[in-house]
Amino acid sequence: MQADTKKPVLSLRGIVKTFPGVRALDGVQLDLYPGQVTALIGENGAGKSTIVKTLTGIYQPDEGQIFVDGAETRFPTAQAAGQAGVTAIHQETVLFDELTVAENIFIGHAPKGRFGLIDRKAMKARAREILNSIDADLDPGVKLADLGIASKHLVAIARALSIDARVVIMDEPTAALSHKEIAELYELVEKLKAQGKAILFISHKFDEIFRIADRWTVFRDGQFVGEGMMDGTTEADLVRLMVGRSVDQIYPKRPAQIGAPVLTVSGYSHPTEFEDITFTLHQGEILGFYGLVGAGRSEVMQALFGITQPSKGATRIGDDVRVLRSTSQAVDAGIVYVPEDRGRQGVVKGLPIFENVTLPSLSQTSRNGFLKLANEFALARDYTQRLDLRAASLDQDVGLLSGGNQQKVVIAKWLATKPRVIILDEPTKGIDIGSKAAVHDFMSELAAEGLAVIMVSSEIPEVLGMADRVIVMREGRIAAEFAGDQMTPENLVRAAVGIEGATA
Amino acid sequence: MNILKSRETILGIAILVLLAIIASRFPAFIRPQNLANVFTDTSPLILLALGQMVVILTKCIDLSVAANLALCGMIAALMDGAGVPVPVIVLAVIALGAALGAVNGLLVWTLGIPSIVVTLGTMTIFRGTIFLLTDGAWINAHQMSDAFKALPRTLILGLPIMAWIAIAVIIAFAFLLSRTALGRAFYAVGGNPHAAVYTGISVGRTQFWAFVFAGALAGLTGYLWVARYAVAYVDIAGGFELDVVAACVIGGIAIAGGAGTVAGCVMGALFLGIIKNALPVVGISPFWQMAISGSAILIAIAFNARSNRAPGRIILKQAEHRS
Repeated sequence: MQADTKKPVLSLRGIVKTFPGVRALDGVQLDLYPGQVTALIGENGAGKSTIVKTLTGIYQPDEGQIFVDGAETRFPTAQAAGQAGVTAIHQETVLFDELTVAENIFIGHAPKGRFGLIDRKAMKARAREILNSIDADLDPGVKLADLGIASKHLVAIARALSIDARVVIMDEPTAALSHKEIAELYELVEKLKAQGKAILFISHKFDEIFRIADRWTVFRDGQFVGEGMMDGTTEADLVRLMVGRSVDQIYPKRPAQIGAPVLTVSGYSHPTEFEDITFTLHQGEILGFYGLVGAGRSEVMQALFGITQPSKGATRIGDDVRVLRSTSQAVDAGIVYVPEDRGRQGVVKGLPIFENVTLPSLSQTSRNGFLKLANEFALARDYTQRLDLRAASLDQDVGLLSGGNQQKVVIAKWLATKPRVIILDEPTKGIDIGSKAAVHDFMSELAAEGLAVIMVSSEIPEVLGMADRVIVMREGRIAAEFAGDQMTPENLVRAAVGIEGATA
Repeated sequence: MNILKSRETILGIAILVLLAIIASRFPAFIRPQNLANVFTDTSPLILLALGQMVVILTKCIDLSVAANLALCGMIAALMDGAGVPVPVIVLAVIALGAALGAVNGLLVWTLGIPSIVVTLGTMTIFRGTIFLLTDGAWINAHQMSDAFKALPRTLILGLPIMAWIAIAVIIAFAFLLSRTALGRAFYAVGGNPHAAVYTGISVGRTQFWAFVFAGALAGLTGYLWVARYAVAYVDIAGGFELDVVAACVIGGIAIAGGAGTVAGCVMGALFLGIIKNALPVVGISPFWQMAISGSAILIAIAFNARSNRAPGRIILKQAEHRS
């Protein structure tokens, strides 16, 4: 079946979606053509996942139009999107482990027999038919829990076909697949194309995009920056579009006095998350860690902080060579970690601000084993004032603070332990501009005072604006390291997505 | 904080209303001497509820407290029969109770088994051990020494030692929870275990200590119980663990962990104790007692669920803050 590949089956125009403090999508457009694969390209935070959620009816756009076959429509629910023929295969496919393949394929729209009961025989037969059409050698009667990830993808695709999907969204479908499975996925995509499906393919990996896509669309910071055919487009063109901006924000980076090495990590490896991580951190330095989401940056930091154990490698802190076995050992050694997920890993909601701040420093504030509330308050006041925390009182529940102020509480908590190394994981993600500036300002101040800072960040301007040196990670390894003039947006992105020659 | 304070205020008012209703039918109930008796009578519940409270604060539950009490009580009676002096018996049962609690704690900590399963198992093991020790035989008043039976009943300033022990433990726990690093850790671990790990607090070790406290209190209460009622057998305090959990829930200890106060816990226990003591005197069938305690639990949980629904309000407050 050769569908008309000239007219888009699905079009988005002027889609705007805002969240408190963020404009996730700012008037974007997107066209998907039958029988063609459109690659959606953009950095972390460009709006890719928001557009997927808009397409599948999970988010409602604030403005803009959705056209299916040229007719304007709306997807008020996930079901509505499904009925219009839009289906998504997620990174972590949403299926039911305890049900069989056939049940998973037909859940919600199983063929009914007499008395409205599910016609199991028809269901199995239909499932086998669909699985055959994609050359998937799976038994419809087997439980999903017994299948590998690649097979689960096949089931998800079969499910998409069972509801006559016309648009298939693949969001990082190869993230957890082996090379062989990826090759099979490519074949499958070719089959879907031949059946006239429009495919939206979201991937960070340039080799994949060039291998499989017919068209490309680039988003940047929630805005549409361009689209075109893959033919005649080079990697350099796409990278330029992805980063295409100058670092125009002013970062309060002060010239740092870089001193002696504080922390040396050598050969840190983990069976599944990262390998051979080696670097040295100096006093007064801000070391940036850039990479795509899932490159293993946070995992390395969690191992440094003693939350997980590396299988190989050692850290040298001052003159001490050791592997940190627990977070309390890390805190004692002077390494502290401000996690990315503030709400879950940072603050203890329900406890007042001052108790959150003093939690790791209780030995400082107590005498003979008994806590001295006055000392606690004094310590909490010192550090929260330095960070310019806005709160009615230190006795207030920390859960009542805004995200930015919660972040300040977490940072204050760690500074009160007088650390030598502070690791900040996405320190300004999702916080308002004002708090952002305060955190940046404070980071420079800390470095100027001789603290060694590791900043994990997915925001290029932040990395370039704040870091003295940048390590780029890709797929669990250090891909490149840049300093001085080499620290350009192009170099960072090329190293992060894995374009050859990036380490020059 | 205000919500918690007001929750305790509401519970306090509920207790006063309860007393007023009882007094309207039976004025003698609220004579100081009778109230002191009610308090003494409720002391075992208060002691166990305080231990249970720290366990619940850390997101766990200890169903083995009553069995622990019964085992320690039986050991106390057996030691008394062997002629061991009473002070040694008291220290021994506290240590034994703590050790039994430590078993629970270690299983939860090192094997990561859910506490409800661990303590369901140890509860049965503890009861079974009593049977093995005694072949199901009772130890009765005449087999116990006078010194053994007298201690909980000895009056100091008009109150029996049993009540004074409860008061001392209440004060000690108030101090433990508000003025020690371990007490703070109980709240942190229950309030947000992930953040506790990221702060260098060991969740498992903190839970272990909570079980040790609960066990030590159960051991002490085991002696007090057996000495006061002057009888020990396999099934003493059977089902009492549910009263203990009920006292905590009524007292506003969040079953999800991380929230609750000593004052609330004590009032929760007193609320149940008053109902238990008052119903016979006002001539209501003791079967009503269960229905009333049950309703109190449901009301308390509904109330807690409502105050936990605060997030909506929190968002608005932030918006207020921002504008």
